[in-house]
Amino acid sequence: MIEAREITKIYKLGDDEVHALDGVSLKINDGEMVAIMGPSGSGKSTLMAILGCLDTPTSGEYLVDDQPAAGLKENQLASLRAHKIGFVFQQFNLLPRTSALENVMLPLTYDGTKIKDRIARAEEALETVGLKDRMKHHPNQLSGGQQQRVAIARALVNDPALLLADEPTGNLDSKTGAEIMALFQELHTTKHQTVVYVTHDSFVARHTERIIHLMDGKVVRDEINKNPIKAGTPRPDDLLANGNGKNGAEVHQ
Amino acid sequence: MSILNNIRIALRALKANKLRSSLTVLGIVIGVAAVVALLSIGKGATSGITSQVQGMGTNLVVISSSRFFRPGAEATSVSLLYSDYQAIVSEVKNIASSTPYFESNETVAASTRSSNYTIIGVTPSYEKVTLQTIDLGRFITSEDGLTLKRVAVIGSTVSSDLFQGLNPIGRTIKINNVDFEIVGVLTSKGTSGFMSGDSDVLIPLETGYSKIFGARARSNGKNVLSGISISAADANSVNSVVSESETVLRSQHNLGLKDTLPFSVSSQAQMLSSLSSITATMTALLGAIAGISLLVGGIGIMNITLVSVTERTREIGLRKAVGAPRKAILFQFLVETVTLSLIGGVLGIAFGSAIAGVVSFLGLITAVITWDVLILAFTFSALIGLFFGIYPAWQASKLSPIEALRYE
Ligand SMILES: Nc1ncnc2c1ncn2[C@@H]1O[C@H](COP(=O)(O)OP(=O)(O)OP(=O)(O)O)[C@@H](O)[C@H]1O
Ligand SMILES: [Mg+2]
Repeated sequence: MIEAREITKIYKLGDDEVHALDGVSLKINDGEMVAIMGPSGSGKSTLMAILGCLDTPTSGEYLVDDQPAAGLKENQLASLRAHKIGFVFQQFNLLPRTSALENVMLPLTYDGTKIKDRIARAEEALETVGLKDRMKHHPNQLSGGQQQRVAIARALVNDPALLLADEPTGNLDSKTGAEIMALFQELHTTKHQTVVYVTHDSFVARHTERIIHLMDGKVVRDEINKNPIKAGTPRPDDLLANGNGKNGAEVHQ
Repeated sequence: MSILNNIRIALRALKANKLRSSLTVLGIVIGVAAVVALLSIGKGATSGITSQVQGMGTNLVVISSSRFFRPGAEATSVSLLYSDYQAIVSEVKNIASSTPYFESNETVAASTRSSNYTIIGVTPSYEKVTLQTIDLGRFITSEDGLTLKRVAVIGSTVSSDLFQGLNPIGRTIKINNVDFEIVGVLTSKGTSGFMSGDSDVLIPLETGYSKIFGARARSNGKNVLSGISISAADANSVNSVVSESETVLRSQHNLGLKDTLPFSVSSQAQMLSSLSSITATMTALLGAIAGISLLVGGIGIMNITLVSVTERTREIGLRKAVGAPRKAILFQFLVETVTLSLIGGVLGIAFGSAIAGVVSFLGLITAVITWDVLILAFTFSALIGLFFGIYPAWQASKLSPIEALRYE
């Protein structure tokens, strides 16, 4: 279980202060599947970084399994990131001049996986995102969507209990996007992994049981979605016309 | 987190960035090679000059009309005369043996080849006083001089230059178009350049006066000398030989005690001490140049690391984000820089030694490569490499993964 209590994140730019997060409180239970929506600049990526223990809040508390993350030592945080968390960055953040396979292997270098198992597991992860035939390619030899899928494979490779994905389908066509949604739903149902992803697309968001809406650094709505869309279902026409991220803003309470 | 694992990570990172890695290595190579080459050459020059002066003779006193050993002395029009030599031999005590000589640069031709060599007119005692030995044939005899024989004894370099390994004894060379028969070859003294006899051609002094040197070797109808080498009877008498020779020269040239002597009269010890100040200056100069090269190499390394620091900071952020502990990141960068420094250091030592070797091979200066030079060059470059490699990594690893990933 992860829990945010009154989290704020303030960036200081000279005399200006940007309140990227402004008192966010939320609780996500183990095995939940959650979508986070909100307009651009509403603090989604900032929140995800804190949930992934990649950044620290300015104030408030973040707890992982009832343990305050602030109380953890550097090494314990590193170990948490290595074993429990998989993170898909909005900007992918792949290592340049390094093959897709080696990029995906990177987390296994730090989680104690035996050298001989690393390649097999990285290949497997690449296969699940449909990139088995691009393993030797460097990031600059891959399309944006392929780079995004390498980033997803890298987040999956260590079987994380908590998968955090910042717009994982942003660069993908609807068919590949649906494959990724299917993959996430499978991780959620069969492996009981906690899956949290950010999206601008309410159709994509409705593949989860819960949608959290952010606005100006605050949670404006925490919505239960009784009937999650099953991945692969065709997109209804009305959603298609309106599915460019404006939706999150419209549900303002 | 095993050490082996960390080493693998570092080597992978180096391989992924071949250009950056090789530029860093290049910086170290330049620095190390320059230091090794320059300091070895400097050392070689120093010890070469010293051993050459020592090899000039035992308890040697050299009287010279040249001003080489008296830096700053005024030009003189007074010539050292053959009669000065005769006076010294008869009046100065404790002389074991002595030799007058006249030297000049002349063209020497043998069949198709010709080249310039130092021609030295000598007497038979030259062999003993200047510690020459004969490799082939014989040395010049007093009879050669008395009968104005056109015979020559040549140094080993001259022999190999003109005859390429053929036995030169009995062959004819032309010195300024005068035929001379080669009767002997000197044993090489092993050191080349300054004051070695290897590129000299020795002829009887008397023959030289009458056939080769001409007017240059004459002053008011008297025979002129370039110098006189004296072997004192023992080490204790060297100083008295010096002062007595000076007294004789003063009276020969009607000079008072206050007049400056237009010749240099110096013992080996004096020559060594004046030379050592020259070589010390030279070594310091070469050392300074080497230091500058190290600095330039260091700045090169620094540039490469600073240019890549943005990318590497992002890499560090990413590695931390996927679970790398700080220790592993520092270790990775340590292994990277140590590897680059090692490769650069080894290549630099090889390259610098090769330069020193080429210089020695060309016979310019016999470079002396010593451990302290290698160790100095290596540690310095390794320290530069380590510092500039580790410091940015250390800084970056303090950031949170997100801060590092956002670094610009
Ligand atoms: N390092 C930073 N320094 C200063 N301001 C920042 C920094 N990072 C984010 N911000 C600001 O914080 C706010 C929230 O940024 P965040 O990246 O979380 O938005 P987002 O919801 O992910 O937007 P998008 O949908 O465009 O990705 C923005 O107004 C942004 O300008
Ligand atoms: Mg974002």
